[in-house]
Amino acid sequence: MDFALTEEHLQAQKMVREWCAKEVIPVIGEWDRKQEMNPAFLPRMAELGILGISIPVKYGGQGFDYITLGLVCEELERADTHLRVVMSVHHGLNSMAILQWGTEAQKQKFLAPQARGEKYAAFCLTEPDAGSDVVSMKATAKKQGDVYILNGEKMWISLATKAHHFLVVAKTDPNAGHKGMSAFIVTRDMKGVTTGDIHGKLGVRAGSTGWVKFENVEVPAENMLGLEGEGFKIAMSCLDNGRYTVASGATGLIRACLEDSIKYAHERSTFGKPIAHHQLIKQKIAYMQQWYDNASLLCYRVGWLKNMGIRNTRETSMAKWYATDHSVQAALEAIQIHGAYGFSDEYPVERYLRNSKGAVIYEGTSEIHQLMQADFALGFREEKPHLRCELPPYNADEWQSEAVEMAVGD
Amino acid sequence: MHVVTFTRSTPDTAAKVEVGKDGAVGWGDAATVVNPWDEYSLEETILQAENASGKSTVIAIGGEMHNDALKHSLAMGIENAIRIDDPNLDSTDSLAYATAAAGAIKKLGDVDLVIFGKESVDVGTDQHAYMTARKLGWTMLSYVSKIVAIDYANKTITVEKMYEQGKQTVTSQLPAVITVMKGINEPRYPSFIGIRKASKATIPVWSLGDLGISAPAKKAETVAFMNLPTKEVQVEMITGTPEEQAAQLVEKLLEAKVL
Ligand SMILES: Cc1cc2nc3c(=O)[nH]c(=O)nc-3n(C[C@H](O)[C@H](O)[C@H](O)COP(=O)(O)OP(=O)(O)OC[C@H]3O[C@@H](n4cnc5c(N)ncnc54)[C@H](O)[C@@H]3O)c2cc1C
Repeated sequence: MDFALTEEHLQAQKMVREWCAKEVIPVIGEWDRKQEMNPAFLPRMAELGILGISIPVKYGGQGFDYITLGLVCEELERADTHLRVVMSVHHGLNSMAILQWGTEAQKQKFLAPQARGEKYAAFCLTEPDAGSDVVSMKATAKKQGDVYILNGEKMWISLATKAHHFLVVAKTDPNAGHKGMSAFIVTRDMKGVTTGDIHGKLGVRAGSTGWVKFENVEVPAENMLGLEGEGFKIAMSCLDNGRYTVASGATGLIRACLEDSIKYAHERSTFGKPIAHHQLIKQKIAYMQQWYDNASLLCYRVGWLKNMGIRNTRETSMAKWYATDHSVQAALEAIQIHGAYGFSDEYPVERYLRNSKGAVIYEGTSEIHQLMQADFALGFREEKPHLRCELPPYNADEWQSEAVEMAVGD
Repeated sequence: MHVVTFTRSTPDTAAKVEVGKDGAVGWGDAATVVNPWDEYSLEETILQAENASGKSTVIAIGGEMHNDALKHSLAMGIENAIRIDDPNLDSTDSLAYATAAAGAIKKLGDVDLVIFGKESVDVGTDQHAYMTARKLGWTMLSYVSKIVAIDYANKTITVEKMYEQGKQTVTSQLPAVITVMKGINEPRYPSFIGIRKASKATIPVWSLGDLGISAPAKKAETVAFMNLPTKEVQVEMITGTPEEQAAQLVEKLLEAKVL
């Protein structure tokens, strides 16, 4: 067993950390207060290659492994949650789904520009009346000749007003339950697509979260991802990837709480000594360190499983549940350590708390993850041995080669 | 057209550098960084090599810790890296450094321009740059804030140099050694492709023997390092009405024989 990160991992981590320290952290408080996305961040992430970090070079990406994806997400959320949300939807939920399920033509047409950061991508599953209960969704896609007519409204969609491409799950057979759902790649320029932002959110205020409406949108049949009826399986496999980025990000948020608390505990004195010397403050620091270590180890395991091409639904769910729940705890404790100053936006810890709360709701609420863990443990649920299309394992030579080969099976 | 630059890993400027009980200088487990001034010389080297479709090389003189700075340079986009290390060489001694630097430039043979950062933050000196120019017998242009033009055919370089009074534009002969200022460019972040190349690269190590030179006799010897005396500062808040405060302050200043 080898716990060491490679030089490549460390340098990638350092690069993103430096970018965040120089360009994000100094200004993020201001954008959070304005409730607007800094227009420079997405193009900069594209230019630096972050938006395609773990996509093979031949599809416009950087060809780094899945552990690097996690490390990058940790660094981004150390600075601000909304940057990691970008990675979750653009890279985890959308681009990796096309990598996993897409035809070669779809990879060339949609994945490559996404990986290069020329196009931004979002993931549309949730509706106003269907969140955890995915199968109760109302969006429909009816086949008509060589197009599908898409109707419906998706809600709480990250990057709703920024994305060029949307991966949309809708019902092609409304009577067939989860077997009647299909996934489509919809582009903003298609007639009948409208979007808007949601304001007044508790957290991720510097990011874009909104709604996407589809009114009689004619989606070409070749834009269907996977086969008709595979939409539910695809959505769940997307979550296996998205949740990994959320877990890694939440690990970064715990680190933010820990680092800021350590600094403050050394600086602030009460009763004649720095508060770092009070046992009850030490206890909080010790717990935060424990949560950070646990969360990062759970994430590394998932990154490794993905690199090896081993199914990881349970492990990913565990990492996501643990890291996000404890990022809320860590943020609460960080505010406590900062006293009244933590209660004001003079220090970033109040932002950490507001941001942490979203992640115990999206990509499976904490309750849903508890049900999943129990069901696995009780034998009510098993890891499916095979999907028709699996997420490709990491293969450095293949992922870093420029040559375009036809993927097997297309 | 071959541009060469030098770099080194230095303690982070935020790290606490101290002389330990063993008399050695240390900075705890704080990470090292690329000498901050070198960010600009590295960027300028990449830009100048790109402009002329030429070669770029980065050299570090000293032990293995400097590999980090070299890898960072490769990840930014410098093509080749070399480390010079020799048991007889003390890279913190400017003259020894410059002797090795000039030896390496001569060994490379085809170098047109050498770019240094303004200074090294660890040893707090820039004399190694001047000494390197002197050893090579090349033009020295310091505090360069802009490279205006390089004419490789006629072997000239035109630069803007910073002065306290302002700027000076100078044209000089190539080959030359220059030191560049912060602000000459916007240093890039390493690219992911660069990071991958850098982590795969094995960096050749040249000894003084490889350069065909020997270490110069030491002109200065370091006897010991000492920590700066710590300043004990006591703060006392004077309270009361402004008049009372002023009266108390004067009293205290008289007491301390400041007035
Ligand atoms: C900031 C943010 C960004 C988001 N981005 C996206 C996005 O990009 N794309 C997207 O598709 N969606 C997105 N979402 C939506 C998110 O995925 C849903 O909010 C989430 O799935 C929960 O659904 P819901 O809000 O409808 O809650 P509900 O499903 O209505 O749940 C309400 C409560 O009931 C609990 N509950 C539900 N079922 C059970 C059960 N069986 N047993 C016990 N408790 C249960 C839940 O845990 C929760 O506490 C985002 C949400 C937020 C807040």
